[in-house]
Amino acid sequence: MNVLQFIAQNHIEVLELTAEHLWLVGASIFLAVLIGIPLGILITRWPVLKRPVLGGANIIQTIPSLALFGFLLPAPWIGARADRLAIFALTMYALLPLISGTYTGIKGVDPAVVEAGRGMGMTDRQLLWQVEFPLALGVIIAGVRVAAVISIGLATIAAAIGAGGLGEYIFRGLAMVNNQVILAGAIPAAALAILADVSLGWLEKRLKPQ
Amino acid sequence: MNNSPDHRAAIQFQNVSYRLNTGYELLRNLNLEVQRGETLVLLGRSGSGKTTTLKLINRLLLQSNGEIYVDGRSIRDWDVIRLRRMIGYVIQEVGLFPHFTVARNIGVVPQIEGWPADRIQSRVQELLQLVGLEPQLASRYPRELSGGQRQRVGVARALAADPSFLLMDEPFGALDPITRAELQREFLALQRRLGKTVVFVTHDLREALLLGTRITLMEAGQLVVTLTPDEFLHSTDPMVAAYVDAFKTEISPKSLGQNDPQTK
Repeated sequence: MNVLQFIAQNHIEVLELTAEHLWLVGASIFLAVLIGIPLGILITRWPVLKRPVLGGANIIQTIPSLALFGFLLPAPWIGARADRLAIFALTMYALLPLISGTYTGIKGVDPAVVEAGRGMGMTDRQLLWQVEFPLALGVIIAGVRVAAVISIGLATIAAAIGAGGLGEYIFRGLAMVNNQVILAGAIPAAALAILADVSLGWLEKRLKPQ
Repeated sequence: MNNSPDHRAAIQFQNVSYRLNTGYELLRNLNLEVQRGETLVLLGRSGSGKTTTLKLINRLLLQSNGEIYVDGRSIRDWDVIRLRRMIGYVIQEVGLFPHFTVARNIGVVPQIEGWPADRIQSRVQELLQLVGLEPQLASRYPRELSGGQRQRVGVARALAADPSFLLMDEPFGALDPITRAELQREFLALQRRLGKTVVFVTHDLREALLLGTRITLMEAGQLVVTLTPDEFLHSTDPMVAAYVDAFKTEISPKSLGQNDPQTK
């Protein structure tokens, strides 16, 4: 039996696991956007915070994901539900590309344009929302794109703590020493990653100012 | 030196210095007065401190020493946002917002000042006409315009909220000579009509002579002298003469003759 036959036979389960996977990734990217973009903006305004914030996000990035999932199991509230824990951990990992994308995007706006805005009497808030943020949006979306692709890969590991998702097949296949089952999880996960990469890449291109 | 502001001057510098954090002095002990309705040209080579002087006026930079008065009031006492909104600011073409249409670019200051949309729109139309742009350009983006058109948009944007002051930093510097000459003529005509108080930065002597009511020569962060264009051409001040000479050589018959045999 080849992989495609396996997927066709178990298509309901494959779809369920894909939906779980998307939920884990979608929720964590959503949270990471809510936290990461404001933090990225904050460190453009308060340069003293740049090192601790980016440093912190960097350190999180160095923790092996399996270990982080394990560490968090005994944590109150977060550890109580597997998907909650997985979303929390994935959000942590997605923060760095979002914070640094927002920071680089805003810092990368042509200084002459920013100075023109300032010289015309824009307040800092007007400058941010009318000039800097829209012009940085392409780079910020690039950060979301990196975060999404990383999360789709990392989310497969969340199955190890019972959070579901396409990693279920990978771990099951590993236990059964059955490549077909591993691939039934890996191929849809890879397809999701490519899909996210292409669609966010398209969005990024559209939003980048010429 | 008297330390009270001269209320007749529109802009006044009293013993102004500007130092970088490193201690390097970009401007030293500058004293300068800009009269209401005149076009004062700050002339000098790159690094002479002209742009720094300009940016001190709308407080993009804050002086290290001395006082600057705008409308008889110290710049430190002005609310910086109010101050900037009554001073139009034109820089080389790069300053247009690339993600705004021409109309939005021109309407920026009225918009942040909270004008109603229909008033902004009619003001934009008025300004397009004033600077000689077709009304249908309003919906274009800066990248779809020529250099000369972009610069006109820059001027229109600076005039949008009818400021009494205009600061212009080499506004025509990036243009080809023909377009530049055209814009200079239009600027003169416009200035005759509007009578703004203008501070104009350039390194181009011909531009300074053409546009300036008075010309201030700057060198190495210091003010050399302020003269009318006529006085400037005939000055015996060595630095002024050197500047004038540099331009004379540039357009001497000899150098022209190499390209055009008719002038021989």
